[in-house]
Amino acid sequence: MTDEMPDQNEKELRALLKREFPPFEEAELQRDLWPRMLRRLDAQPHRVPWFDWALAAAVAAALLLFPGAIPALLYQL
Amino acid sequence: MDLLERFAAGDLEAFEALFRQHEKEVYAWTVRIVRDTGAAEDLTVETFWRIYRARQRFDTAAGNFRAWARRIATNAALDHLRHARKEAPLSEDYPAAPRGDPAAQSELRGHLRRVFHELPSKYRLVATLALIEDQPYQQIADAVGISAALVKVRVFRAVRMLRKKLNSLGVEVTAK
Repeated sequence: MTDEMPDQNEKELRALLKREFPPFEEAELQRDLWPRMLRRLDAQPHRVPWFDWALAAAVAAALLLFPGAIPALLYQL
Repeated sequence: MDLLERFAAGDLEAFEALFRQHEKEVYAWTVRIVRDTGAAEDLTVETFWRIYRARQRFDTAAGNFRAWARRIATNAALDHLRHARKEAPLSEDYPAAPRGDPAAQSELRGHLRRVFHELPSKYRLVATLALIEDQPYQQIADAVGISAALVKVRVFRAVRMLRKKLNSLGVEVTAK
């Protein structure tokens, strides 16, 4: 008996399932999905990476803790 | 630079070429799992969207795009089954089944659909592929990312759950 040889219980249920849910033997795609794919690609918003948010939060926290650094920062900009 | 390398580098034309090479196969695999043609189309697009996002992780040296796409398609289909199980009854998008006594068939079909739909998604997936679609265990294992032995265990458990639930509804499972 091979690994894929079903036991009697499995055979019965397999027959029942196949009667009620016939297999999709030749499932053909009826349309070109590339236009949908392009819309999906275009629809994705540009996300800001998490480390950019972390950097911005760190700068904001530093400026709150050391307001004296603001003129120096503005000078650098 | 070959097609897979260009795809991994983010070349949209290379991605389109791969999409057109593999979309039918991804769709055919997905529709076998979700058994709904509309959902399978959506999931084919979702699969390729995941593929595009993960392009930098694709191993161009190994180069088995087909197997990689099938694995991603299986995960997308499994996510769909999880959501569908919570939200809606089974789709009616099945090929027509042969009919016998209409009342008995209708009752049996209703019970079977219900208990099959109630299977946990990971069991439903392997049960659909193994018991209905007759896919080899190793092929299912490769697509799901588990061993063939674990596929066998899941099929066994799915059969046991289905029989138990059907028996509790008064349906005797015997082959005719």
